[in-house]
Amino acid sequence: MSILSSSVSVTRYIVKGKLEKPVLEKIYNGLTQNSIKDIDDDHPEKIVGWTSFENPYVPDFEGSSFVIGSYMVFSMRLDRKSIPSKVIQKHYAIEMARQLKESGRKYLSRNEKKSIKDHVIDVLSLRIPATPNIYDLIWNVEESWLWFFSNLKAANEELETLFLKSFNLSLIRLFPYTTADLMSGLSDKDRDLLLNLSPTKFTE
Amino acid sequence: MLDVAVSYNRYKFLGHEFLTWLWFIMENQQDILKESDKELVSLDIGNRIVLENNKNDTKESITIKGDKAGLEEGILSLQKGAVVTELNLIYKSGNNEWRFNIKGESLNISSLKTPATGPVETKEDIEAALLEKVYLYERIFVLINNLYKQFISLRVTNRWEKDVVMQIRKWIAS
Repeated sequence: MSILSSSVSVTRYIVKGKLEKPVLEKIYNGLTQNSIKDIDDDHPEKIVGWTSFENPYVPDFEGSSFVIGSYMVFSMRLDRKSIPSKVIQKHYAIEMARQLKESGRKYLSRNEKKSIKDHVIDVLSLRIPATPNIYDLIWNVEESWLWFFSNLKAANEELETLFLKSFNLSLIRLFPYTTADLMSGLSDKDRDLLLNLSPTKFTE
Repeated sequence: MLDVAVSYNRYKFLGHEFLTWLWFIMENQQDILKESDKELVSLDIGNRIVLENNKNDTKESITIKGDKAGLEEGILSLQKGAVVTELNLIYKSGNNEWRFNIKGESLNISSLKTPATGPVETKEDIEAALLEKVYLYERIFVLINNLYKQFISLRVTNRWEKDVVMQIRKWIAS
């Protein structure tokens, strides 16, 4: 989902830890080493990587193009090949019939059937292009926060893993407990009290 | 700090209580809203409230949709022991209006619509529009942070049970 869309969904994070200097070079390296790779002519069903905010189909991080004002702005791209089950079923049936005819047998073993299915999926995944999903993010390095423009659980989990791998920094998602613990200026005593809270009954 | 998955599930009730409290102060204590945002003109419920009632190990979810989302039905659900789990809110500041959904268990913001920004035609326009959008999004996040901060600083004191919960009970019963 684009930052500039008329309607957005946002998951907010705190970035734990600091990047070593030179910061822009570290970010550039993290982005280029983990940029999205094309899998259209390859076997993997899924791939995730960084891409440019302005040109998500041709990742380019040259000339600090990921810096806008005091923010780092780039996108996570998640490409996934999705082969319709009916297509798999069709090619599986054709291949089974061919092998039965060639061998002159009436049945195939369970292992042979599995092997045919794997082979069919493998061949089809080479022919089917991956569908790209693009999720923008804004990272304020100075203030250690990040906004990710999606609330999808799977996309957020991919982000957390990719971010740690790329920059060696953890992302802490802001939800009721973490917001109270990290963002509300509570004293140590209050944070202990927070741990022991239990639900309120608003009716008697 | 606690494990993320554990603390998410164990304390999601805080998000539900926050939204229930927020509805209460929108109806009864507008001054608290102004303390959280000096430029606030109004904060109102939009077209959706979701409530949840956990009773006898069963979970009942109630969704109220429509403009000025049915406050009476919502109050009725609160009377039966429900809490607010999701709200659609309309925030006004100056002549501008923002609309968004907030989910209690995650505090995630969705369907956030900001006041219109300038047209985007050149690369420079993109940068300007982006910076403007960041400012507009931040207004909502700062508002929610400040409100949540007020809520949580009350929640960890005795005043919560002694004063606030009593006032909310009175409001629900009225």
